[in-house]
Amino acid sequence: MSNVSPKPELVARLEIVKPRLELRARLISSLRQFYDDRGFLDTETPVLIDAPAPEEYIEAPAADGGFLRSSPELQMKCMLAAGYTKMFQIGPCFRKGEYGRRHRPEFTMLEWYQASADYLALAEFTCEMLRYAARRVLNGTVIRRGGRSIDLGLPWEYLTVRDAYSRYAGVDVETALSDDIFDELMVTRIEPELGWGRPTILLDYPACRSSLARLKGTDPTVAERWELYLGGIEIANAFSELTDTAEQKARFALSKEKRKADGYQDYPDAVDFLAMLDSGLPESSGCALGVDRLAMVFAGAEDIADVTYPR
Amino acid sequence: MYSASDLKKGLKIEIEGQPYTITEFEFCKPGKGTALYRCRLKNMMNGSTLDRTFRPVDKIDVPNVEEREIHYTYQDGDSFVFSDADTYEEMHLTKAQLGDKAYFLIENSVCNVVLFNGEPIDITLPTFIEKQIVETEPGARGDTATNVLKPATLDNGYEIQVPLFINQGDMVKIDTRTGEYVERISKA
Repeated sequence: MSNVSPKPELVARLEIVKPRLELRARLISSLRQFYDDRGFLDTETPVLIDAPAPEEYIEAPAADGGFLRSSPELQMKCMLAAGYTKMFQIGPCFRKGEYGRRHRPEFTMLEWYQASADYLALAEFTCEMLRYAARRVLNGTVIRRGGRSIDLGLPWEYLTVRDAYSRYAGVDVETALSDDIFDELMVTRIEPELGWGRPTILLDYPACRSSLARLKGTDPTVAERWELYLGGIEIANAFSELTDTAEQKARFALSKEKRKADGYQDYPDAVDFLAMLDSGLPESSGCALGVDRLAMVFAGAEDIADVTYPR
Repeated sequence: MYSASDLKKGLKIEIEGQPYTITEFEFCKPGKGTALYRCRLKNMMNGSTLDRTFRPVDKIDVPNVEEREIHYTYQDGDSFVFSDADTYEEMHLTKAQLGDKAYFLIENSVCNVVLFNGEPIDITLPTFIEKQIVETEPGARGDTATNVLKPATLDNGYEIQVPLFINQGDMVKIDTRTGEYVERISKA
């Protein structure tokens, strides 16, 4: 018999989050259903990996001689290269040092890939998926948030990064980049304005902000990448995949250099991924969606703590 | 020096020679972008607020701030005189520096002084103090309701809302954080 009594805060917290964990479970189940109905393969790639993608500002925690994945991206792209055409995954990802109302060092990612689709096709797919989930989980397409509403059923707003900077920050995006205030303006001036009334797809990011995305054929200064915003909160990130091995190697080398300069860990080269990429990655697109944040928005909550096991 | 990742609500930091308390804190990270630490800061000297965003590479100065126990002794015009409990060293704070806290000082009682680079800039009062009501409408006998309030005045002119049953000369407990009435200590 243990004579240790349970922590009252934990017991109380578990009781408080129960209805929201139930909502979260219904949300995840409806998302799975959506993929199953469209013939997507439910996949599980390793959580403990040898070589994370060397992305700037994202640090995978070291564990047992390898790393806890910051994303399943490289493994899922290996599957694409091997001939898998549609697959999704819902599972844990890890990012060292990220802790806030909308960040956790351990979080749940929904990531999916589709061959022969570009980033805009994925935006339409995401739109359909969230409407489907909202009808099942919330019995309608309207989400209430801080006294305002977001109707997933309305036509979604498509706003380019260029237009967003001039509209909400009053500067052009080149100036924001050259003055090194791109991220500050994004967080303080732009993001709070996005995704109210209806969802916003913020698209066509500067090429330098998209390490694994394909550049746009008609304008190579931007990458075919978008982010989805609901009520000021970033929910998902998608892009048309870069399929050129030489270009990918050059971008990885550049990222590795910047990571080193900023004092991040040096990862082993992602040799398996680069070899698979070289063997031929089909035209494809992928999207990563933060499940905790989506559950938070669906629940009308302000903090990830409201939709997750207490920590 | 603090790193940006040390920042959190309640931490005291120094910017351009001024001490600040972090009153609001938010960790932000736009997709594929750098982490940003957004802070709302309150100047510990003059109470003004300032919004600052820090990056992971930023180093932030640690202010030389300490708190020490002192006695409040007396008021000399616009100046409030304190003395160190051990060294008897005198310290002066002005009405402007103390704000409403000046009303809750009790002569020869103990509180904490906040020193910045050795200079007093603020005080921390006990959470509750007791003061006498010197002026209020006569109390309604038998009316023990605590939710209906009337104005009353302390000996130093501070106006406070009290329940109807409070009389002139009563001693009351006051919460120094809010400046509000808590309960009656004794009747006149």
